[in-house]
Amino acid sequence: MKEWNIKCVNSFSMEKVIVAMQDPDMGMKMRNQRLLITVIPHAMTGRDVIDWLIQKYNICEEEALHVGGMLVRYGYIYPLKEPRSLVLRADETPYRFQTPYFWTSTRWPASELDYAIYLAKKNIRKQGELMEYEKERYSLLHKRINHTWDFVVMQAREQLRASKQRRKADRIVLECQEQAYWLINRPPVRSLTLHYSAVLYHTIESCRRALGRNRVKSSICLEGFVKFSEQYQNHDPIMQGCLPSNPWISDDTAHWTMNSEIVPVPTRLRVERWSFSFMELLNDPIGRREFMTYLEKEFSAENLCFWQACEDIRHGESSKIIQKVEDVYKNFLAPGAARWVNIDSKTMDKTLEGIKHPHRFVMDDAQLHIYFLMKKDSYPRYLKSDLYKNMLAKAIVPQETKKSVFPFMRRQRHSSPSPAQAVTQVTEEDGRAMGAGKAGTNSAAGSHV
Amino acid sequence: MCQHVESTEINCLLCKNVRLLICLCSPFRCRSLPAQRKIYMRSPPIPEMATQEVQLNETLAHLKTESETLKSKLEEERAKLHDVELHQVAEKVEGLGQFVMKTRRTLKGHGNKVLCMDWCKDKRRIVSSSQDGKVIVWDAFTTNKEHAVTMPCTWVMACAYAPSGCAVACGGLDNKCSVYPLSLDKNENLAAKKKSVAMHTNYLSACSFTNSDMQILTSSGDGTCALWDVESGQLLQSFHGHAADVLCLDLAPSETGNTFVSGGCDKKANVWDMRSGQCIQSFETHESDINSVRYYPSGDAFASGSDDATCRLYDLRADREVAIYSKESIIFGVSSVDFSLSGRLLFGGYNDYTINVWDVLKGTRVSILFGHENRVSTLRVSPDGTAFCTGSWDHTLRIWA
Repeated sequence: MKEWNIKCVNSFSMEKVIVAMQDPDMGMKMRNQRLLITVIPHAMTGRDVIDWLIQKYNICEEEALHVGGMLVRYGYIYPLKEPRSLVLRADETPYRFQTPYFWTSTRWPASELDYAIYLAKKNIRKQGELMEYEKERYSLLHKRINHTWDFVVMQAREQLRASKQRRKADRIVLECQEQAYWLINRPPVRSLTLHYSAVLYHTIESCRRALGRNRVKSSICLEGFVKFSEQYQNHDPIMQGCLPSNPWISDDTAHWTMNSEIVPVPTRLRVERWSFSFMELLNDPIGRREFMTYLEKEFSAENLCFWQACEDIRHGESSKIIQKVEDVYKNFLAPGAARWVNIDSKTMDKTLEGIKHPHRFVMDDAQLHIYFLMKKDSYPRYLKSDLYKNMLAKAIVPQETKKSVFPFMRRQRHSSPSPAQAVTQVTEEDGRAMGAGKAGTNSAAGSHV
Repeated sequence: MCQHVESTEINCLLCKNVRLLICLCSPFRCRSLPAQRKIYMRSPPIPEMATQEVQLNETLAHLKTESETLKSKLEEERAKLHDVELHQVAEKVEGLGQFVMKTRRTLKGHGNKVLCMDWCKDKRRIVSSSQDGKVIVWDAFTTNKEHAVTMPCTWVMACAYAPSGCAVACGGLDNKCSVYPLSLDKNENLAAKKKSVAMHTNYLSACSFTNSDMQILTSSGDGTCALWDVESGQLLQSFHGHAADVLCLDLAPSETGNTFVSGGCDKKANVWDMRSGQCIQSFETHESDINSVRYYPSGDAFASGSDDATCRLYDLRADREVAIYSKESIIFGVSSVDFSLSGRLLFGGYNDYTINVWDVLKGTRVSILFGHENRVSTLRVSPDGTAFCTGSWDHTLRIWA
């Protein structure tokens, strides 16, 4: 499964860094390191690694320590002194590059056989040298690949014999390399079941469809991003801050109170947003209410009512669909209906046909038609109307509350009514406090789970 | 032979011709490097399986060539209309100043890795899920825990808050997505009211309510996405087309509200029509698993974060990738991405415990945030854009503003 598989580390990028580090000209300067009485060639200190990273990637010490630390954790660099401590120290601690043979990304099938031989070697070399988890795995492997166990022991003995013939420095390095590799590696767990041909058919199908589609020039699309970000910049609290203050920073919830779903007077920024797009207007409950008022004046409120009823069908409970479709037909589509909506005949015919077998999306075409009607016609006129202009004029612009006004006071963080409160049944009338529901309750009294 | 240190040879006991050479010095100075990669032990292939494999391979080879030809044709078509780069268009835009964001709240209470979180529409409550099977609802502003549910499985990889604020959905290794109505009655056992909605044949990787409490969209390790009716548990639509585990999804904030995007281990990001179940657009430029996808606020584009350590921006109208957010010093995968309210900033949570903040238009990194002590697994900006929340394998969640 993905999370358990160490290969979700980006080995490709890490290897690029390692290769750059070992470049003969621009790479790190390496030297011999003394390990007790043995001299190990081509090693470097932790300090060297960090300095090189800082210089090469133009980053600060903190980030270099971070990046270098990861290279050690994933086995591209290993410590010579304390092999189990996979940490990068910014001092004279010696490290070495792991041979590519043992890189986590190398497509060397780290099979059970390899792991078994490694553990067998350890076991033979010094009794009791295996760690607890290694002992467990060793016995598991012994059970699983019992039929090749003779081969395992034979290989282990052969490798040990060959290593005794090496110079001490070589032997230490080889042992370090191998140990570092197995400390990090784990048998890969793959649980993918692929139907290759089915997938390829899908790809071919979607490519064919994609070749037929219309595309827009990049210059037009990208200009759109610039415009959008500009338009919304003042409304982005992380970019520009928010008034009177950001609740997370000042501990004052005034910003939320002023911008709740329904308020007597909305803020200026909020009313401005209604002019950005028709969707912004409809998504805001106050905006939608204002628009309804306007449409009523124009005697076209049935359009918005119809649109809302269609939304209700699309997003409501499955069991109520049939009833709702019937109601919509009676109120908006039937000849002589009280709030008849003006849809073109083609769409009307298609919809009426679909109503015979009602389903969740049966009103989609009609709904879209009315939506675009309102968007092209009523919406632009609403923005020019007095109703909207008055709304904008009397909208609130909150005063900024600077944090410095309360330098020494730690503000009380008040609870707010939970949305789930609406569902809880109030059985008693004696005013039992509804848990976290009471506004202004001290946070200490909130429910603890 | 390498001139620095003596190399040693071992004769393979199975096949005497292959010799193992282990060079002790820096591998890039040794000329015997290719020999290092020889594998000295391999179990012999079973003859019968070999022939079957050959036949299957032939059919696949044919399909593969056709697929590759079409793909390169598509790339040619897409390139024809690419007349300018995003950062060029953004040259006239003012640069961003000094960026200061700090942890404003730390939520402690999970006993193991936090895997997922979601905001409530009230802008202050969140739901989070963890490896130990716990799902907690917090008032992030006061840091109080309001509800807790223990799932019968570990690794709850997905959780979502219902639009009404009255329920949460979650799932993971149990292959299901369950909905829990939130009740304020302290005596009520939330688990008793649980409703099993979705059923997949592999782990649940992500879930999201659509515009109401009545429908849930899920993605799974079984390679599919699905749309479910909450009331009846009925499957309304299923989406096939990914070649491997699907890891993430996001609903489009469009006027017609009918599409969503998903990303998977096959390195593809697919855009789907919810009504028909068809894949209407597909993008394959990442070099590794896509862990997170998120729509740009206008709905005309989406960003993705991947194990290849890059975030990318795909424009739906231009039908192509239009930006890559990467740096040589960033070598760890992105687990989660989200936009600020205006879409100018892209926040990425990374597997190296950091959060990188990108200028979406100019393509540069604005800031790097430290704080978590283990991998950042999930990141979401609050509904009103005042803050963002991160969840981490260090068992905590943090609110940044």
